[in-house]
Amino acid sequence: MSKRRVVITGMGMLSPLGNDVATSWEAILAGRSGIGMIDRFDASGYNTRIGGAIKDLDLDSYLSTKEARKLDAFIHYGLIAAQQAVDDSGLAEYGALDRDRVGVAIGSGIGGLEYIEKSVLTMDKSGPRKVSPFFVPASVINMISGNAAIRFGYRGPNIAIVTACTTGTHNIGYAARTIAYGDADVMLAGGSEMATTRTAVAAFSSARALSTRNDEPGKASRPWDKDRDGFVLSDGAGVVVMEELEHAKKRGATIYGELVGFGMSDDAHHITAPPENGEGAARSMQNALRDAGLTPEAVDYINAHGTSTQVGDVAEVAAAKRVFGSHASKLAISSTKSMTGHLLGAAGAVEAIFSLLAIRDGVLPPTINLDNPDEGCDLDLVPNICRKSDVRVALSNSFGFGGTNGTLILSRYEG
Amino acid sequence: MSTVEERVKKIVCEQLGVKESEVQNSSSFVEDLGADSLDTVELVMALEEEFETEIPDEEAEKLASVQDAIDYIVAHT
Repeated sequence: MSKRRVVITGMGMLSPLGNDVATSWEAILAGRSGIGMIDRFDASGYNTRIGGAIKDLDLDSYLSTKEARKLDAFIHYGLIAAQQAVDDSGLAEYGALDRDRVGVAIGSGIGGLEYIEKSVLTMDKSGPRKVSPFFVPASVINMISGNAAIRFGYRGPNIAIVTACTTGTHNIGYAARTIAYGDADVMLAGGSEMATTRTAVAAFSSARALSTRNDEPGKASRPWDKDRDGFVLSDGAGVVVMEELEHAKKRGATIYGELVGFGMSDDAHHITAPPENGEGAARSMQNALRDAGLTPEAVDYINAHGTSTQVGDVAEVAAAKRVFGSHASKLAISSTKSMTGHLLGAAGAVEAIFSLLAIRDGVLPPTINLDNPDEGCDLDLVPNICRKSDVRVALSNSFGFGGTNGTLILSRYEG
Repeated sequence: MSTVEERVKKIVCEQLGVKESEVQNSSSFVEDLGADSLDTVELVMALEEEFETEIPDEEAEKLASVQDAIDYIVAHT
């Protein structure tokens, strides 16, 4: 059976850089950081007091007060990004849409932690009878997908893959497979996260994973720089509309690009840290290249996982060298997390969108705060300023706790 | 000081996301105000909180309308 081709025809995003795709992309091209002081809770006793928050969100224009109250913020964010993607795709205006053939795959790395924290405190204070009946549907991870199905009437496959920081990438890759295999014609796919909560910030801090550059939030996320000291935890969501090529052409959809390859692997090494040689990440990229039927030389740009951690950043460069050989120094590789911070389960989705926009606009997003590249980080990391370049094929990496790796390969649609 | 009726209606509006003008004493939570089974459970919890009382489950199940809730509160607080 030959694979059906899958294209992207709609995009939606909430990020610390802006509450839609256009605003976020504008900030990326300007090399602006979205990181600031945490104000969602009192972080004064924390080692890390910075994060990337969603700001000035007009929740009411997307969700009724009653709906919003019953859902954790990670579901708000996911549904808003989904609504934007659907609006952008023009699917709602397509009268012939068979909603039995439209599915949803939107996950989250952590889920409704804020709602869980609140409910535990309520139970502790007032007893079990005071725990809301909405506790479970407000906080479990598949409820973005579930609510999106209800909202849009999409009755096809409905799933939410949960793989920590690889969540967004895995959901998009899986959605592509679902379409390619013939189980659906259209999929809404991506990831969402709102994990800058009291316990999560405390826990990531305890794990020594977070930057403590509290006096310079905009400079805290600095992938590959010598002075990097951990990642910055951020909130947001990214959702794309993916569509079987002929279905998209038939309705005259705008095609942002084609998803040509998806690869996965695991490090089988350590629960949170990758091996220094990036062996698992390399296999993920190789698997994606094989799926795409492309040689390494075809890749123009890598949107790196690049979180600004000591081990992870170096391992990813090692992985790129392993996969791309001499071509590694010819392609461009950058980390948009230098501006967004790390959106965990939303990261892969947001970065797939940035990769598509790099292809659309012919521009390489920069890695900001890259003042002194660390030893061995000698590739073209697009330091500090975006650059015009013809990007035909972009590869986007995500690596998560559990050693789970995912890679998407996106290509310009050329008929 | 608001009356029991005013306080009950205020909570109904907040919990069910309806406007005050839509809420009559005779309004049924499910039929008229769009509540589902989970909404009604949470509504009862909010009433318990507001009136500092405990409504046993078997009594809560009988509260189908705004008037039912008002009558119960008046009789038990």
